[in-house]
Amino acid sequence: MTPQALVPYMIFLPLSAAFLIPPFGKKFKKAGDVISCLASACVTVLGLYLASSVALSRVLVHKPYGWQPSFGIAFVVDGLSGIFLVAMNIVALAVAVYSIGYLNTYTDRWKFSSLFMLMLAGINGVLISGDIFTLYIFLEIAAISGYFLVAFGIAPDGLEAAFKYAVMGALASVFVLLGIALIYSHTSTLSIAGIAQVISGQTGQADVLKLAAVLLLAAFSLKAALVPFHAWLPYAYSSAPAPISAMLAGVSTKVLGIYTIMRIFFVMFAVTPQVSVILITLGVLSMIVASILAFVQVDIKRLFAYSSISQIGYVALGLGVGTPLAVFGALFHLLNHSAFKPLLFLASGAITRLTGTRSMGKIRGVMKDSPLTGTATLVGSLSICGVPPFGGFWSKLIIIFACIQAGRPILAFTAAAVSILTLAYYFRSLTQVIFGKPVIRGRVGAVTVSMGIAMVSLAVISALMGLLLLPNIGNAVLKEAVSVIMNGKSYAAMVAGVLK
Amino acid sequence: MTAYILCFVLFSIGLFCVVRKRNIIKIIIGIGIMEYAVNLFLILIGYCKEGRAPIFAEDQLIKNMVDPIPQAMVLVSIVLGLTLTLFLVAVAIRIYETYGTFDITKINRLKG
Repeated sequence: MTPQALVPYMIFLPLSAAFLIPPFGKKFKKAGDVISCLASACVTVLGLYLASSVALSRVLVHKPYGWQPSFGIAFVVDGLSGIFLVAMNIVALAVAVYSIGYLNTYTDRWKFSSLFMLMLAGINGVLISGDIFTLYIFLEIAAISGYFLVAFGIAPDGLEAAFKYAVMGALASVFVLLGIALIYSHTSTLSIAGIAQVISGQTGQADVLKLAAVLLLAAFSLKAALVPFHAWLPYAYSSAPAPISAMLAGVSTKVLGIYTIMRIFFVMFAVTPQVSVILITLGVLSMIVASILAFVQVDIKRLFAYSSISQIGYVALGLGVGTPLAVFGALFHLLNHSAFKPLLFLASGAITRLTGTRSMGKIRGVMKDSPLTGTATLVGSLSICGVPPFGGFWSKLIIIFACIQAGRPILAFTAAAVSILTLAYYFRSLTQVIFGKPVIRGRVGAVTVSMGIAMVSLAVISALMGLLLLPNIGNAVLKEAVSVIMNGKSYAAMVAGVLK
Repeated sequence: MTAYILCFVLFSIGLFCVVRKRNIIKIIIGIGIMEYAVNLFLILIGYCKEGRAPIFAEDQLIKNMVDPIPQAMVLVSIVLGLTLTLFLVAVAIRIYETYGTFDITKINRLKG
């Protein structure tokens, strides 16, 4: 089969897995785990294959039943979605493997696997959809299965977090739909390439489109949890089961928030100076406010949640500055973050297993107790703090250099200062947790083999992320994605060229 | 034009309900109202006066037809809204069982 024909399988495989699990899951205890791991492994391999063929042919367009994209639904994979497909599906595979061991204490675990596959289908759907309404549908599928998974433990705090997350998420989705309706009323087409063509044919920007852009930017910032819109995130991350915190932090906010901002504002609308200013403001606010709030946290998962907001701020800042180097730094930091933040959340799940608590005051000496979990936490923390050999250092350095190069020394100074703040709060909070003297505590369970495999593989990936700095590797992986963001206008021509 | 203004008023009522009400059932109703307002807006976009359904057949001459794409979009968005309402109501029942209240200000075990 040609690569084009394989594109819809990115949705089809996890979706069919989601509906295959219920009939078998009730009878066979392991069916859910086996099917979900198999499906995510297949999708990861397929994502790698699609990304490598995108590197050759620049864009893959699948037209179901031969309908032209202005009438039918086209699935498009370009350099930007290719790199996301690979990174996000690798994280999802690690999470699927981890949850085999982690879910021992839960009942009805096949429901978890089924919802997880539904979420993965939604994520992949957002990445490959070529028109904004399909993007909205898959965004909703991923978000709603996310709400269900946050409430999965049905503990009181999980229910409360899920309710607040769902209400905020519902507001965001209503805004997205309203924005899509406004865009459709102006352009009479839903395909991203078609809208880009209509807009580039007009002089100036119509008022309707400005209103739509405001609604969409607010909604996607809410999904990405940039600071004035971040209230749901610490609740949801700290109350969800550990694999789901990892999935939300590593995949969901990236795809539903940052990727959609890139796709809509940099590819579909031509990026305007106002959008850049808003992105820079939101990014800087997120970096500063979240780092300060992270200092006072006592719960280990809430610490990671706030540091997640602050790191997303770096990505938004890089996108807002908008020079090729800054966009490269933003994408590099995003890939780094989707390797080490899931790692930290998975490690926090293992720590909770070992100690029965999430309060950092009561956890001591994880390194002695379980060297594997301790090392995973250490690798993740060193990378996020920006300690030189790890990827986190290089991506932050690139963003800081890009700010200086763009003539924005104040932004560069802020980014550097927040990086030092990050180092400070991680050092203050986690030194005792990792290296302290072990104390007697209530052990809930051991770290199982599958949890170990998932943590080791993510730790290796986040340690190797620094290699992207080397020109050969970095260019091969990120150049195409950067060029998609920088030359948004060529997207429409590229997609239209393939279609004719 | 009046229809659009009334649609916007409906949307604002829903938004007010979500932001200001303390009872979580009323919040859920507010989300429903907002969704209906957006669906109505979509239908209004596709509407044209004295238009009819775009069904082509022999001996049919269609001059004014209603845009069918927003109608298809509304069908999808109703289904998604139903899923969300289902989830929110189920969680609201569980919350009432564990916290004994529907008041959002008293459901605050998570701090910070």
